Amino acid sequence: MSADNVIEAQGLTKRYDGVAVVKGIAFSVARGEIFGLLGPNGAGKTTTILMLLGLSEISDGQARVLGFDPVREPLAVKRRVGYLPDQVGFYDNLSASDNLRYTARLMGLEREERERKIASALTHVGLGEVVDRPVDTFSRGMRQRLGLAEILMKEAQIAILDEPTSGLDPQATAELLQIIRNLKDRGVSVLLSSHLLDRVQSICDRVALFNQGNIELLGTVGELGRQVLGVGYYVDVEAEGQSLADKLRAIPGVKAVETPSANHMRIYAERDVRSDAAAAVIAGGGRLLRLSVETPSLDLIYNRYFENVTGGRHAA
Amino acid sequence: MQREGSALHGLGVVILKELSDHLTSVRMRVLEWLVVLFALAALYGAIQQIRDTTAEDPFLFLKLFTTSREGLPFTFVSFLTILVPLVAIGMGFDAINGEHNRRTLSRILSQPIYRDALLFGKFLAGLFTLSVSLLALWLLVIGLGLFLLGLPPSGEELSRAFIFLLVTIAYAGVWLALAMLFSIVFRSPATAALVTLGLWLFLTLIWPALAPAIVIAFAPSGNEETLILAAQYLSRLSPSTLFGEVVLAILNPTTRSLGPIYLSQLQGAVLGAPMPLGESLIIAWPQIVGLIAGTILLFVTGYVIFQRQEVRA
Repeated sequence: MSADNVIEAQGLTKRYDGVAVVKGIAFSVARGEIFGLLGPNGAGKTTTILMLLGLSEISDGQARVLGFDPVREPLAVKRRVGYLPDQVGFYDNLSASDNLRYTARLMGLEREERERKIASALTHVGLGEVVDRPVDTFSRGMRQRLGLAEILMKEAQIAILDEPTSGLDPQATAELLQIIRNLKDRGVSVLLSSHLLDRVQSICDRVALFNQGNIELLGTVGELGRQVLGVGYYVDVEAEGQSLADKLRAIPGVKAVETPSANHMRIYAERDVRSDAAAAVIAGGGRLLRLSVETPSLDLIYNRYFENVTGGRHAA
Repeated sequence: MQREGSALHGLGVVILKELSDHLTSVRMRVLEWLVVLFALAALYGAIQQIRDTTAEDPFLFLKLFTTSREGLPFTFVSFLTILVPLVAIGMGFDAINGEHNRRTLSRILSQPIYRDALLFGKFLAGLFTLSVSLLALWLLVIGLGLFLLGLPPSGEELSRAFIFLLVTIAYAGVWLALAMLFSIVFRSPATAALVTLGLWLFLTLIWPALAPAIVIAFAPSGNEETLILAAQYLSRLSPSTLFGEVVLAILNPTTRSLGPIYLSQLQGAVLGAPMPLGESLIIAWPQIVGLIAGTILLFVTGYVIFQRQEVRA
């Protein structure tokens, strides 16, 4: 296992009654990375996660989590990995802090350390004011945040989040994604699964696109865009000047330039060409008004991929 | 394949959590009050009957458990035979599927514990709660007996009553293990409760009557002694039958056998003379072992199924 990788899977396979639901997948998650397992429901994402946690037997292949084998050393894995299941459940009759207290005891934390970490984690996720409220009064978003508080309390090196934004409204989603970014800032590696590609695209460093138990595509969103759409970046240029579109087309790596309006040009490129575009506008005597870059949406990449490969016959 | 660490790591934490849940739950309080009220009614009836009809008896205290008021069908023991399974089932029918349905199972099992600790913890906490309740009830009976009869129990009476308490706990363990088994097999708590209650009704009320009919149906030409023995063995598949026989041997010291008695066994015997405690225990030992073995068998079956079960909701 590479020292830079916190998770490595090789030929990971899961069969139920002889039917493979995860089919020999291979991927790795680097230290400090946010890695997305994305794909439709039933694609094998949760099964993969459960195998990595040692909660489901591996039929074939192998996995290493922080260097530990989840089959033989599940406790070592679970001590270091925090898990937020899909639609996380808590004991509704207990308060937020009592729920965390129970899991803290299971982790073996001593009283003083336990109380300090619980208070800190709940405050960090914005539940500091409701620590003593029973969880049955919590909204879905608050429950998800409580789940993240558990991961923070554990001081996990890896956070595995299964469909963390599923069922959340846009504001709760935005808050949750920000907490996940904060996890990364704390040095936590994050493996998250989602079928809502567009929602998690913004926070993932790399993604693996799942379909029917296989990883169909793997890489950064830009890489996938280049691979599937031929372009990895959309650069929008607003500038005043003559024949700027031709000058932009001449930049190496630019695939096409569209002109939606008089002073607005959209560049389709293999790489981020903002600096080249700015230089080209100025060298052409133009006046640069605005410059922005976007990567193609994962939805578009995903759908285009299956249109190309299977004529659109994929599990949606 | 050897797993790292102890399978029971975290057991104490699970037990404390489950104990706290049981002792504070409304369901448990209702069931406990039900048991106490019914038991007190039976006890009151027994005391009235003892005062009216018993002049002298070396085991007067034990009669508190086995005597009913004239006209009333239930003794303290018969109330326990019915209500202890109800309480045990009430505590176990949603032990595991409740965690599934609350979606807490995968979260809890992602903590550094094995499934063994969760299952053992739930079972032991349930059994401990039942033991505490039964001990309190037992002390209540002894205390009320002292107060209302005005006589202290002898050492042997106390010993027999204590063995009765232990056997009742084992009896509760069987039903708790059965309820937990069905809570593992069925994802719906309602289904698990219905199936467990159905099986309890069948084994307690129908099976003792059905066993002789089955024997006659399958071996109609056997001699009478064989048929009686076969029917008795078959009826002992019911924990209620086993419990009833143990209670008979322990609380009624004159009981000399739990099966057919042959004339040769009665030669030289003083009819009506009480057996020493040790001999009563020997008579009831197979049934006691049967209750404990039944608990273990049901628990192990549930354990094996739970280990192989997927944890995802």
